[in-house]
Amino acid sequence: MTAYEPHYPNDAHGHGHEHHHDSSGIKLFGFWVYLMTDLLIFATVFATFAVLSNSFAGGPTAKEMLRPGLHLVLVETFALLFSSITYGMAMLATYRGDKGAVLRWLGITFLFGAAFISIELYEFRHLIHEGAGPQVSAYWSAFFTLVGTHGLHVSAGLLWMLVLMFQVGSRGLTDTNKTRVGLLSLFWHFLDVVWICVFTVVYLMGVL
Amino acid sequence: MAHQDNHAAHAVGFKDYLSGFILSVILTVIPFMLVMHPDVLGLSRGATLITVVLFGLAQVLVHLVYFLHMKTDEEGRWNVVSMIFTVLIIAFVVGLSVWIMWSMHYHMMIN
Repeated sequence: MTAYEPHYPNDAHGHGHEHHHDSSGIKLFGFWVYLMTDLLIFATVFATFAVLSNSFAGGPTAKEMLRPGLHLVLVETFALLFSSITYGMAMLATYRGDKGAVLRWLGITFLFGAAFISIELYEFRHLIHEGAGPQVSAYWSAFFTLVGTHGLHVSAGLLWMLVLMFQVGSRGLTDTNKTRVGLLSLFWHFLDVVWICVFTVVYLMGVL
Repeated sequence: MAHQDNHAAHAVGFKDYLSGFILSVILTVIPFMLVMHPDVLGLSRGATLITVVLFGLAQVLVHLVYFLHMKTDEEGRWNVVSMIFTVLIIAFVVGLSVWIMWSMHYHMMIN
């Protein structure tokens, strides 16, 4: 990486154009390192879930509760997958410097993300109604912790996306805003990667 | 991935996202169908389990390459190194937790 030169936050507003690429590069790398530590949080939650994957305490099992809703999980997965490719389109529009297209694609991505969260909340409500709330057994505590941690991340991403749309809308595609679009891109695609692990381990392996 | 500045902009195109998307659709639909309609192929539980895990791993790789644009070139090297380190830690945390606790469950005859 060429990004190890000292970086002064105030440079971002164009005092030193020659510094810009370096500051952008080190921000993206720093954010990447944060994502790796976030991955460790998910790993510990996954480990907990795996250890407790049979601890139903005589209550509802994963198989009987999750199998009927598997088609909803497929819809959720597709919502997140569509949001990944629409964010990709926002990224390409950022490279082109097309502000209107960036805002449109971010808006569409937001809607897919919101659909994902809505279905997840519906599922949580349904499970709790059916007597599989987080207080029922160690398994369901671990289930809500794992799926909920991912859901919170997606919600944080949605909030960030709103803020970013406001920033791009009011100040345009400045260098700083372009870097921000790139950072959220990493976060968003990263969450889709974590979701692949969630639906594989929790839903598909869980109901087998 | 860590080079979404203007220099590298042209290296990432629509085709990357489209290939990633199509591969992801295939790698999502097949494991879901195997689990939702087990009679179609009639795979055993163990075979389905292994297939589902392999498809999951494959899709993670597809996302890393086509969506997160991981590359092992000069620019992306440190991202890959930090990722490999993280994966190593994850393998230890998850693998050893499961090994130790399941072995304990087995010897205590909990499951």
